Amino acid sequence: MAAPRRSRVAPFSNAPVYAIAIALSAVVIVPIVYVALGGFRTNGQLANDPVGLPHPWIGHNYVNVLTSSGFWRQVGNSVIIAAIATLLVVTVSSLAAYPLSRFQFRGREAMYTFFTFGLLFPIAVAALPLYLLLRQLHLDESWLGVALPEAAFGIPITIIILRPFMRNVPGDLEDAAAIDGCTSFGFFWRVLLPLSRPALTTVIILSVITSWNNFIVPLLVLTEPNHWTLPLGAANYSTEHSADTAGVLAFTTLSIIPALVFFLFAERRIVGGLSGAVKG
Amino acid sequence: MASSPEALTAGRAIERPAVGRVVRKWLRIAGYIAPAATLYVVFIIVPVVQAVHYSFYNWSGLGPLSEYIGLGNYREAFGDPAFRQAMEHNGILVALSLGLQLPLSLGVALMLNRPLKGRSVLRLIFFTPYILSEAITAIVFLQILQPGGLLDAFLKAIGLGSLVHLWLADLSLVFYTLFVVITWKYIGFAIILFLAGLQGIPPELHEAAAIDGATSWKQLRYITIPMLGPTIRIWAFLSIIGSIQLFDLVWIMTLGGPAGSSSTMATYMVDQGINSLRVGYATTVAVILFGICFVFSTLYQIFVLRRDVSGSSSRMAG
Repeated sequence: MAAPRRSRVAPFSNAPVYAIAIALSAVVIVPIVYVALGGFRTNGQLANDPVGLPHPWIGHNYVNVLTSSGFWRQVGNSVIIAAIATLLVVTVSSLAAYPLSRFQFRGREAMYTFFTFGLLFPIAVAALPLYLLLRQLHLDESWLGVALPEAAFGIPITIIILRPFMRNVPGDLEDAAAIDGCTSFGFFWRVLLPLSRPALTTVIILSVITSWNNFIVPLLVLTEPNHWTLPLGAANYSTEHSADTAGVLAFTTLSIIPALVFFLFAERRIVGGLSGAVKG
Repeated sequence: MASSPEALTAGRAIERPAVGRVVRKWLRIAGYIAPAATLYVVFIIVPVVQAVHYSFYNWSGLGPLSEYIGLGNYREAFGDPAFRQAMEHNGILVALSLGLQLPLSLGVALMLNRPLKGRSVLRLIFFTPYILSEAITAIVFLQILQPGGLLDAFLKAIGLGSLVHLWLADLSLVFYTLFVVITWKYIGFAIILFLAGLQGIPPELHEAAAIDGATSWKQLRYITIPMLGPTIRIWAFLSIIGSIQLFDLVWIMTLGGPAGSSSTMATYMVDQGINSLRVGYATTVAVILFGICFVFSTLYQIFVLRRDVSGSSSRMAG
């Protein structure tokens, strides 16, 4: 009885809600659109009339960035580091989550707690000591020097997301696999991992985004411009070319695009995964 | 289902229990866990331990550790007005996040929690800033907030030109400017988290309360907020830890300046370590930061989050 009554009231009460929702959306979107459009202006246009559409539209800011080797090298560095970090963290964490979720052994919960302990140390807090260690290991100025710590700091959340998922796979499947002659690793590889695909997708997305957005570790570890990642390159570009606002806006827009495209594909998984982790 | 551990293991391995089997079982467990444990120990535990070690030395980061000064670095840090100011900034950030972002995002989530056309589009829009890196967010707002930038032009265009300020250079204003940018970036995440939580509340609860004559305010106070409790507590945890470690956004927008007026503990740490080459002292700041995170997280687990666990088990029992 309540449902039809509510829907009759809805058109009236929804109008202010839409108004507020649109206003909030504008607050979110305007800065991003301003930056994207600003890349099509000249610096003179930006100074005189930063609001409204560019007149005329100028393409050369974007062309300059897209034809510079620096931009593409930074994209490449970011992609490679994110790929290494993600591959590493997902491999080692799913291996560890398997016994932590399905084996009976003494000290299992202590081991799990030990891994989740890492959540207490955000990577920004550890960055400086981490940098000193990487220098000792001669890993500074290298892809691995950024990817290895990123993978390590990703282990806690990855295990936390994977463990309940792996635990919920029915034990009957494990018995059936054993009867069919499946080894423990065979069960992990052929049954458990494929069944954990939704959780694996979530942790892969989280890891890629975390690595892609990381700033403080690359800032300390990679001082050589050829080694910079995209956020580091964008930040340095905006300082070095602070007089060329239009150029900075074009560079910034182009460095937003990969993350946005990835996000559009992955949005549902991210939200689902995060609320799943909260509930777990 | 109620099979004993022996029955379970019998299903997995046919051999009889023997010393060799026990050893093999432990080797297998170790084999699975070792790669993660190695990475974890080398890149998380070792740096923490090393940082504690370095914090007792006066050290530039180069050459041998020779000048042992005991707790000298700690005494200096807690006595330094610049570090105390940075700690205060982190504290203000926590207070503002809980005091402003929480009611704001909860209000918006409550408002949007109804059948609306285009809600998936709204969700996409609100989530976008969360996906941008803090670095990119910082660059975007650095451009918008510069003198004569978009914000100033907008204020002038709507006749509020008198409100124009030096958003990032005014000592008393800069930190609050940064807070607004932080809110822009992170509030969408809170809204979406709360929306997901609201959708998990069974509608029957509200219907039953309405039949019993509960006003919508009472329903909010006694049903919605308590049912949303676990989500709010997790959000608060993430928000506080995020506020304690804030670095990227501040570093790119202001470097913690002018004159330390927007510093955080993390920008203070990097500034001391990299710019002033006082690495021993900077690692001391890192250790203090570890300590704060550790104490806070432990207390939060014990006093706030444990309620959720015991609450859910008593619910199951009852």
